[in-house]
Amino acid sequence: MANTAHAAEPAGETRRDFLLHSTVAVGAVGTAMMIWPLISSMNPAADTLSLSTTEFSVAGIAEGSRIIVVWRGSPVFVAHRTAAEIDAARKVNVSELRDQEKDEIRVQKPEFLIVSGVCTHLGCIPLGTKGTDPKGDFGGWFCPCHGSQYDTSGRIRLGPAPKNLAVPPYKFTGDTVLIG
Amino acid sequence: MSTEKSRLQRVFEWHEARLPLVGFIDHAVGTKYPAPKNLNYFWNFGFLAGFMLITMILTGIFLAMNYTGNVHMAFDSVERIMRDVNFGWLIRYMHANGASFFFIVVYIHVFRGLYYGSYKSPREVLWWIGVIIMIVMMATAFMGYVLPWGQMSFWGATVITNLFSVIPVVGKMITTLLWGGFSVDNPLLNRFFALHFLLPFVILGLVFLHIWALHIPGSNNPLGIEVATGDKIPFHPYYTAKDAFGLGVFMLFYFGMVFWFPNALGDPVNYVKANPLVTPASIVPEWYLLPFYAMVRSIPNALIGVAAMFGSLIVLFFLPWLDTSRIRSATFRPIYRILFWVLLLNMFVLGWCGAQHPEGLPLILSRIGTFWYFFHMFVLLPVVGWIETPKPLPASISQPVMPAFKPAE
Repeated sequence: MANTAHAAEPAGETRRDFLLHSTVAVGAVGTAMMIWPLISSMNPAADTLSLSTTEFSVAGIAEGSRIIVVWRGSPVFVAHRTAAEIDAARKVNVSELRDQEKDEIRVQKPEFLIVSGVCTHLGCIPLGTKGTDPKGDFGGWFCPCHGSQYDTSGRIRLGPAPKNLAVPPYKFTGDTVLIG
Repeated sequence: MSTEKSRLQRVFEWHEARLPLVGFIDHAVGTKYPAPKNLNYFWNFGFLAGFMLITMILTGIFLAMNYTGNVHMAFDSVERIMRDVNFGWLIRYMHANGASFFFIVVYIHVFRGLYYGSYKSPREVLWWIGVIIMIVMMATAFMGYVLPWGQMSFWGATVITNLFSVIPVVGKMITTLLWGGFSVDNPLLNRFFALHFLLPFVILGLVFLHIWALHIPGSNNPLGIEVATGDKIPFHPYYTAKDAFGLGVFMLFYFGMVFWFPNALGDPVNYVKANPLVTPASIVPEWYLLPFYAMVRSIPNALIGVAAMFGSLIVLFFLPWLDTSRIRSATFRPIYRILFWVLLLNMFVLGWCGAQHPEGLPLILSRIGTFWYFFHMFVLLPVVGWIETPKPLPASISQPVMPAFKPAE
């Protein structure tokens, strides 16, 4: 091959170095600017985000019974708690809990508990909504996958799950609840 | 400078000794690939075609994540990509216009080969693989155009799949096989989606063979003569830099279309959802298939028309033998050089005819154009090779510019 231009190169920072570094810099920025929209396209699309609220009424839920509503494709537990269940949730010594939360801050109206129906361990749906379901030793929910047990406030009491069932953002308008 | 090797350098050499990945790239398109020093900007287009293939595969994968291959949902899923998916408009416009720009660079690449005789010995197999890549590209592009399931998708698919029905005896069996039913419907859309996803990776494999075949004789050059070792320079940094500059200029045009004229090359009728009961007033393929479409319509016999269309591509495989001249570059071939430009003009005329209704002047022109194409290939190329007196070839690629320079062999 012919001699390359490197032979007669002066020492130190040269015009050639400047051109190389600026070209690489612009190329790197351009590549990053192209990767960004590609990755961004994998995030939820506008129509997916527009489905991210759920509205329902608690008027038909009899005292002591529970229902499941769907929010963002996942279940949300809605429990119309009895006085005994509220009492059980409130007399627990919070300092003994794994994830220390008072029942008072987990509900807006004491008789209605609204928590995510996704076990904080690995995402299964705990049992306890139907009357015939096992509810665990604490009268709340029992996860059949790995045996996590939640109390009547949806707080983790036994088993591998690290956190309480999450409380989604919601607000009451009369008997109507808007989640999201 | 320390002579001690850094830890990173040692790890790199340990790995290179076991799997020389960087060495492989260095030999393919790096410092170890000696290229003629007189390559002009027409030699950018191979690299640009590779760039477009990668762009199409990347944008295509992200489109496929949001596309639904079902006749009831395909059209809406494409509209959702345009309206709701983050940057979906950008990714789809890059893909749709990317198909056009892929063909622009490939066609320039092919005509570069025709002008400089890159198909001649010893590069026949390299040329064959290139022709196969172009044909697979056309099939891939056609199937991709069907996926949005607009009116032009549907009727394009109907017309093109019906081309096969004119084949004697097995024609109907082939169309039934393509359709998976009695007409263009859901089974066809499903299999076209599967094949449209597969074929780009087939092309990628063929590109590796293409580059492999290129490295046996090395690159041709604008003078078309053998190149002495002393007249070669390493591909990197010389041609990587030249390709990078060409890429910058190319992207001005490509992204100019993507951002300012994204639908200029598309047919507005394809924004109407497919309707199997209504044929649009005029069915035209995308611009890059128009010359071949003009050929099929120019002949008033269905079988011969289809044979002419496929034959116009098949004939390219025999080009190394149809062209009887041993002089590669048209620079030294006064008659062939004129014929080359006439052939190029002929393709543009055929392309224009392909977009018109096949009647009156366009029909006459497309008949002349089709005749000329085959006349060029089967008569002019062999005859001109015999009767033409080429201009004297230079002794080396250095000689025309540096008469005193004697390159090392």
